[in-house]
Amino acid sequence: MDNQPRISAIAETLIQPSSGWVSLRLGELWDYRALLYFLVWRDIKVRYKQTVLGASWAILQPLLTMVVFTIFFGRVAQLGPEGIAYPIFSYAGLLPWTFFSLGLTQSSNSLVGSQNLIKKVYFPRLAIPIASALAPAVDFVLAFLILFPMMAYYGTRPTAMVVWLPFLALLAFGSALGAGLWLSALNVQFRDIRYVIPFFTQLLLFVTPVIYSTAEVAPKLEEMGIPVWIYALNPMVGVVEGFRWALLGLDAPIFSLVLTSSIATLVLLVTGLLYFRRMEKTFADVV
Amino acid sequence: MNDAILAEDLGKRYFIGKQERYRTLRETLVELAASPFRRVGNLLKGHATGAADLHESFWALQEISFAIPEGAVVGIIGRNGAGKSTLLKILSRITEPSAGLARIRGRVGSLLEVGTGFHPELTGRENIFLNGAILGMGRGEILKKFEEIVDFAELEKFIDTPVKHYSSGMYLRLAFAVAAHLEPEILLVDEVLAVGDAAFQKKCLGKMGEVAGQGRTVLLVSHNLGAISHLCPTTLMLERGRLEAYGPTDEVITQYMAKVSTQLAIPLGDRTDRRGAGPMRFQSIRLTDPDGTQSGSLRSGDSGVFEIGYRSTDGKPLIKVLAQIHVADHIGNLLFTLSTHFTDVGRFETLPPEGKIHCQMPSIPLAAGVYTVSLGCSVNGEFSDNVKEAFQFNLVEGNAFGSGQAPIGQRHGSFLVHHQWHQAHGRGD
Ligand SMILES: Nc1ncnc2c1ncn2[C@@H]1O[C@H](COP(=O)(O)OP(=O)(O)O)[C@@H](O)[C@H]1O
Repeated sequence: MDNQPRISAIAETLIQPSSGWVSLRLGELWDYRALLYFLVWRDIKVRYKQTVLGASWAILQPLLTMVVFTIFFGRVAQLGPEGIAYPIFSYAGLLPWTFFSLGLTQSSNSLVGSQNLIKKVYFPRLAIPIASALAPAVDFVLAFLILFPMMAYYGTRPTAMVVWLPFLALLAFGSALGAGLWLSALNVQFRDIRYVIPFFTQLLLFVTPVIYSTAEVAPKLEEMGIPVWIYALNPMVGVVEGFRWALLGLDAPIFSLVLTSSIATLVLLVTGLLYFRRMEKTFADVV
Repeated sequence: MNDAILAEDLGKRYFIGKQERYRTLRETLVELAASPFRRVGNLLKGHATGAADLHESFWALQEISFAIPEGAVVGIIGRNGAGKSTLLKILSRITEPSAGLARIRGRVGSLLEVGTGFHPELTGRENIFLNGAILGMGRGEILKKFEEIVDFAELEKFIDTPVKHYSSGMYLRLAFAVAAHLEPEILLVDEVLAVGDAAFQKKCLGKMGEVAGQGRTVLLVSHNLGAISHLCPTTLMLERGRLEAYGPTDEVITQYMAKVSTQLAIPLGDRTDRRGAGPMRFQSIRLTDPDGTQSGSLRSGDSGVFEIGYRSTDGKPLIKVLAQIHVADHIGNLLFTLSTHFTDVGRFETLPPEGKIHCQMPSIPLAAGVYTVSLGCSVNGEFSDNVKEAFQFNLVEGNAFGSGQAPIGQRHGSFLVHHQWHQAHGRGD
């Protein structure tokens, strides 16, 4: 993999003030894929080196959350559908959720955290939030490995629909990145965004079917005059329900949920990219 | 021959907010409520803050045009704030120009700060790969040069140690080694030589000379006029955002030196290159001994008094006056600041519309040499006057330590620090 950015014979670069909406220049990002790779690798390496628990944290976090959820929401509040053990039910939802919320949080804070780089070197700025949203994929895979023994223990068999999992994971990544692009660019201009992010992800957890299932809330929402498709505009609704459908065979109007969430993700991602690229030129001056 | 870099009318405008360059969302929402449409428009146009005070801007660079032929090694000089770093940032695409254009032929490698992107937790080996990728090298390219980089940095033994355990010298060697092996067609370098020990500086100079010898184009920003005249046949001089001169290095350096002294010949009160809205204006400044006798040169270590004359533009008494004296070396590196608010005075409660203030130093802690002084003041909390390079003074060798021994010139650094030595008890480990 010997890629040398723009070393073609004698490349000419034109430097000029940009105006209006600028192109996304995704090709340039490809030239810098080595950088993307090393940034992801650095994030993972440093995180595992610095935390006491190291890689086991990736598993412990969703596992402990699952235990607490099972006691309070599964047992006490009697949430979750019939015919499936609540631990499995919530863990299958927590997997993509943790991936999403970690990715969102880290990419939102990524630009401000890399001010030194931004002020001193040129590279496609997009590499920073993308790498930060990508790094939690390793945690995600590790946490996933626990799911299979759990499923065996509770006697749940994965369905053939697991082939859809990569797509669903991609959707989770896309929405984390989309939101991360918006928030990271805003975070450069407005430093109090940083304090809003944890609050924002917490609220998002409650409007995502992690603790409960969509089937449980949909009728009540309709009663209140909120159609399910509005609910599914939260991209993680389709992803979480999709995970349970593919892994546990749980029934849901999966096609329409995933479709709605995919459209929402796409909109979030494209507008996020455009806004990011538009604000990009000011990053080095402001951070 | 082709031009490696061609700049036409390059300009860079910075927007300066009230205090911080960034702001809080809360502030902006409050302002947004005040005049919504213009602000939203500003935000969407990609202005940094969408803030009301957008018109508070200044041009850090203006109408810069030049051509640098392929293979040329060009120095960039100018006083602090002249726009040197901004120019390099534009050419390396870190920031966008606000006007004009530049054409660049070839891959650009910029070395604006050594060790950018180094992570303390990672080992030397890991940082080489990370830093290389940040500077734009591919993985294969880094692998190919890896041995050479480690060799140059002289760090074979420590390559698998986290860099947080490195001494600053080791850190610097590694950082420079990575950057020096980037092999771009155009190399932009900012002030790296200001750091590191003499031996290492020499090695870096050698490497840069080598790079230049290979027909690459090099742009070097430095305060070190010696390094510039040694390395660069031609030099470009910036002065308050404009291109003042571009030509053979010795001519440009002579012009630069002359510039500094002509500026000083103008009486302080007549200087127009000042900032601040008044009412307090500096009229004169001199450095005397405590008896008030003006002496051309005080001795280093002597006690001295800065006597500053001022006048109020509106003829009224001045209230709550905060004054500051910034002392820099002859090339503009700030050495220390004397400020009323560091002392019991805090701020002068009231000063007559015209008069003098004194600032006394019991012992001037500087080695023999030439120093420049900048002045600033605020009146009742409002920024009033600021004159850069208002004054230059010369110190001759003295008997600062009372031992008859003192550093000669700047050979031992700029500062004189009083100190004592004792023999202590105990073993050597
Ligand atoms: N991001 C920024 N925002 C506002 N002003 C800036 C910014 N960066 C630099 N400046 C100002 O631009 C001027 C030129 O700065 P610089 O290029 O760093 O000068 P030099 O490198 O010659 O010392 C200075 O007055 C500096 O304060």
